[in-house]
Amino acid sequence: MLEVRGLIAGYGGTDVLRGIDLDVAPGEIVAVLGANGVGKTTLNRALSGLIAPRAGTIRFLGEAIGGRKPAAIVSAGLIHVPEGRRIFPNMSVRDNLVLGSYRRGKPARQNNLERIFALFPRLRERSAQAAGTLSGGEQQMLAIGRGLMGEPRLIILDEPSLGLSPLLVEEMFTLIARIAADGLAVMLVEQNVVQSLELASRAYVLENGRIVAAGPAAEIAADPALKHAYLGL
Amino acid sequence: MIRAYGPALALIGLAALVPFAVSANTVLNFIVFALIIALAAQGWNLLGGLAGQFSFGHAAFFGTGAYAAALLQTRYGVNAWVAFALGIVLAAAIGWVIGFLSFRSGLRGSYFALVTLAFAEVLRILANASAFTGGAAGTLVKLDVRPENFQFVSRAAFVWIAVALVGAVLLMTIAIMRARFGAWLTAVRENEDAARALGVDTLAVKLKAITLSAAITGAAGALYVQYFLYLDAGIAYGPWISIEALIAPIIGGIGTAFGPVLGAVALHVFGEAAKLVAGGVPGIDLVLYGLLLVATIAFAPDGLMGLLMRLGRRKTKEAR
Repeated sequence: MLEVRGLIAGYGGTDVLRGIDLDVAPGEIVAVLGANGVGKTTLNRALSGLIAPRAGTIRFLGEAIGGRKPAAIVSAGLIHVPEGRRIFPNMSVRDNLVLGSYRRGKPARQNNLERIFALFPRLRERSAQAAGTLSGGEQQMLAIGRGLMGEPRLIILDEPSLGLSPLLVEEMFTLIARIAADGLAVMLVEQNVVQSLELASRAYVLENGRIVAAGPAAEIAADPALKHAYLGL
Repeated sequence: MIRAYGPALALIGLAALVPFAVSANTVLNFIVFALIIALAAQGWNLLGGLAGQFSFGHAAFFGTGAYAAALLQTRYGVNAWVAFALGIVLAAAIGWVIGFLSFRSGLRGSYFALVTLAFAEVLRILANASAFTGGAAGTLVKLDVRPENFQFVSRAAFVWIAVALVGAVLLMTIAIMRARFGAWLTAVRENEDAARALGVDTLAVKLKAITLSAAITGAAGALYVQYFLYLDAGIAYGPWISIEALIAPIIGGIGTAFGPVLGAVALHVFGEAAKLVAGGVPGIDLVLYGLLLVATIAFAPDGLMGLLMRLGRRKTKEAR
């Protein structure tokens, strides 16, 4: 459903991504791995339209979306949950969620809200509370829930385990598995290599703006040389 | 509905009764002037308070509304009411242009504030130099007291017009805050990048906000010139109105519907009281403005509205 070919993107005078080829199939969990500064976040920003690609094509559900506005890409069903949670701290949990679904109709909004509350019961308990008062893990749940409110076909999660305690990381990955079980495609962009490879069916390893390895997650997990060279394990 | 709009409607009704209770010209003068400032501040609050884009140059909109209303009458013989409406439209257009130029290039925070300040100053210098605007001598609107000229014998008529305008914007602000557009404004204010990632077209939202904001502040300018019938570049585009338009919401409660109105009235009651007490010391009201601003930021960062809410909550707690 997502087809990226020869993607080049960057900021100012420098190219951060130097030719990325990448695919995501419907219902699949794909991990994009790499250390800090290899271009993971730039890749997300280019896919979601926050920066315009310099070259290459991005096709989503058969449509070319490269260089389109973020609003159009969200409407097409590709939603990006940015890293660092980026919730609206002074709005209530409920209002945060509702904002995620303004591109959809009003009846859909109520349905989606129920769906998200069923998925994250903690958010229902806190629905009237200001989002900024939630714990780190809850804020991450809210950010993901808010992304799901827009009825994505593919959701890109940027470092969902960042800054969470090991126990919460475990919980977060269980949740992601549950989301994907509903038939949603997930692109997981992570530094947490071990757990991402356990969850994903396929993985890409990013280094210096290029894909240096791609394949079934199990194969990448079983390649010690690869893990040592690029993933610091 | 009643919960949301009731307090606003009650306040508007009460304000409309004031001219029946008071007939002293100085008091009515004071009310009209405070309401003009309130209107300008309501415009600022829409962009600065709701959308979080702080402008230091709302004079650009106030002055454009004022000059357009005045010059269309004096130079082109346009009817005063039509000129008033066109003034609002032109102010909105200037708002859109300034918004387009600055938001498109991604200016935020203090950079946006400085650019708006620069626009207002450029307009002030141009208006002061150009023969078209009457230059430094200013522009006089001919005194011809007839309702069709937007001039009235009684000051009460102006109070009602000002109350109607401020009231309409008050209701509109509440409606916006309850609507999808209001949620988008809040999202842009709280985290613009996150809003974009969720599919909010932030450029379009900010452009709508600045256009509407400029129209409201432009209406304040057009009303000003219709009331005082005189305008020069310092009044129209001077920093005084940019400052008034942003101090009132800060004192009253930034990003709230009532804040700008409350702040403008409180500020001017305070200023007048200070002038009475301090008498001959020139500029004492400005010194006190400064002190009030510092006190607000130190002790009531959410302004008078925040203070009232806190007191209200404490009361209900005690009652329990």
